[in-house]
Amino acid sequence: MLGLDRKDTILLLVVALMALLAPVLLNPFPVNSPLAQFNAGYPDLMQRFAIFGIFAIGFNILFGLTGYLSFGHAAFLGVGSYSAVWMFKLLGYNVIPAIILSIIVAGLFALLIGWISLRRSGIYFSILTLAFAEMSFRLAYSVLTPLTNGETGLQVYTDDPQILLGDGPHVPHLFGMMMRSSTTIHAGPWEFTLPVGYYVCAVLLLASFYLAIRIFRSPFGMMLRAIKSNQTRMNYTGLSPRPYTLAAFVISGMYAGLAGGLMASMDPLAGAERMQWTASGEVVLMTILGGAGTLIGPILGAGFIKYCENIFSKINEGVLHGWFGGLPDGVENALIWVAEHFVGSGWHLTLGLLFMLVVTFLPGGLVEGGQRIGRFAFRRRDRKASDAESDAAKQRNPAE
Amino acid sequence: MSILEVKDVNKRFGGLQALSHVNLSVAENSVHAIIGPNGAGKSTLLNCLVGKLIPDTGSVMFDGQSVLGRKPYEINQMGIARVFQTPEIFGDLTVIENVLIPCFAKRDGTYRMHAFEQVRRERALVEEAEHMLEDVNMQDKRDMHAASMSRGDKRRLEMAMCLVQQPRLLLLDEPTAGMARADTNNTIDLLKEIKQKRDITMCIIEHDMHVVFSLADRITVLAQGTPLVEDVPENIKGHPKVQEAYLGEAA
Repeated sequence: MLGLDRKDTILLLVVALMALLAPVLLNPFPVNSPLAQFNAGYPDLMQRFAIFGIFAIGFNILFGLTGYLSFGHAAFLGVGSYSAVWMFKLLGYNVIPAIILSIIVAGLFALLIGWISLRRSGIYFSILTLAFAEMSFRLAYSVLTPLTNGETGLQVYTDDPQILLGDGPHVPHLFGMMMRSSTTIHAGPWEFTLPVGYYVCAVLLLASFYLAIRIFRSPFGMMLRAIKSNQTRMNYTGLSPRPYTLAAFVISGMYAGLAGGLMASMDPLAGAERMQWTASGEVVLMTILGGAGTLIGPILGAGFIKYCENIFSKINEGVLHGWFGGLPDGVENALIWVAEHFVGSGWHLTLGLLFMLVVTFLPGGLVEGGQRIGRFAFRRRDRKASDAESDAAKQRNPAE
Repeated sequence: MSILEVKDVNKRFGGLQALSHVNLSVAENSVHAIIGPNGAGKSTLLNCLVGKLIPDTGSVMFDGQSVLGRKPYEINQMGIARVFQTPEIFGDLTVIENVLIPCFAKRDGTYRMHAFEQVRRERALVEEAEHMLEDVNMQDKRDMHAASMSRGDKRRLEMAMCLVQQPRLLLLDEPTAGMARADTNNTIDLLKEIKQKRDITMCIIEHDMHVVFSLADRITVLAQGTPLVEDVPENIKGHPKVQEAYLGEAA
């Protein structure tokens, strides 16, 4: 279907189904249960899942395929956000021109940075991209204040031109459908929110994912993997790696621009901190945690990190007292003292530990974890099977 | 008619004169071997031909055009392919993908990204690559991970990748280094077969005299950066200067 083989079509359909049902799947606990704080099905978080999913998919096209580790991808995210807000200020609140401009501007910016940085590879390339991103961040904070509104962040004021505003809504919208509006469904004790903004992001996530699959399976994708594998042979095959790496860099920059534009579309604000190196590092973590070079990995990684960020940072001392309340006072206090460093604002410690564990024991990321579980489950079933079947299983095992 | 003309090439690394006044002429459709003891400058000369090194003085002409100052990929586009001493292949890719990459590479140096096409739909190119694998007897390894193959197979794959580009000149840097006798003989047969099937010039650097004398039409002996003699194999065998270079003054 759509020029994909069977396996990729199934993968795309699974992702589509997950995206469609996310508001239900992510809210497994009834509203009044004590576990409701683990629900992730609220608009703000779901939008972030989709947006960072797009960001990570794009990053993976560069890092996963060519092996060039960019440490400055947040710059494109920030540029995309600024472009989108400028569209809101100049034209009006429809998100379509905002998103289109953010992709174009981020692409051009990536062309410039990539053209310079891709003269080097390995650690030098990483440092160059990091330097450019930090430069962009500092500039956005200070010198470029007329464009970026400095520390305050760029936002829409009532005296902005907004020539196409007309009598449309005064918040970001898609032909009248406001991004922040949503429908709530009550089903017994459960409550499901279906936000417009999330579904806009989800549709674009699916489009991005489809495009990424096509790129992975194309001759271009094969060339990129060849570059990662052996640049010497590439050169002696009559191919200069640079046009290919530059194309990959620009494509992934445009993905980041789309993510930035969507961020601004959900909330028409853009601040310089979006370009900071921590944001660049985050997308690296997402991709590696999920599984670099795999199709689904970056989406899983983005979801995993954003979920942990929101859930862990919501747990505070009060919640901990609730959990350990039944224990003797001394033990309770000791446990809380330890645990509070890992939750709330200290959740980065948890993220660091998780990242360490994954990189050490599952170098292929969450995707490899999933594959191992799958293999384990199959082997268990094979063992229980009858003799004839276990013969077949023995033949299958070496193939695995 | 000579396809490759090396004239008065000098190359110095610090205090070491790696090549001094090297002249070499390779005739079209011949197999030309370059032999010499270790450190004779064979590999340096080869690197000067493919653009990895630039000679200090002298000229290197391929088919009437100078190769000096061109990048390795530009020289490859002119029609020179190179097989390395340690096979340089795309280890992370499958065998068929390894051969497909040169199939997608265009001779004229233009770039087409092919970003929205599918590898498996490019029937003509896939067939071309499969034929090439049959020619080197690797069709059964089509979907294997290239890095997991034996060294001999990697070498055959590398040759297939070079040949599918239909180069006019194939440079081979010790194609049988580290191979067992049986593998060496297979490689000799393969090279002979290739030579029979197509119009190609080969330039071989080799230590193994058995390989050199079974393949070469002409042999150049290099010692301490200078060509000692250039002649047909029969005359090289008993040449006093060659024995001197290999065995030392006393011989």
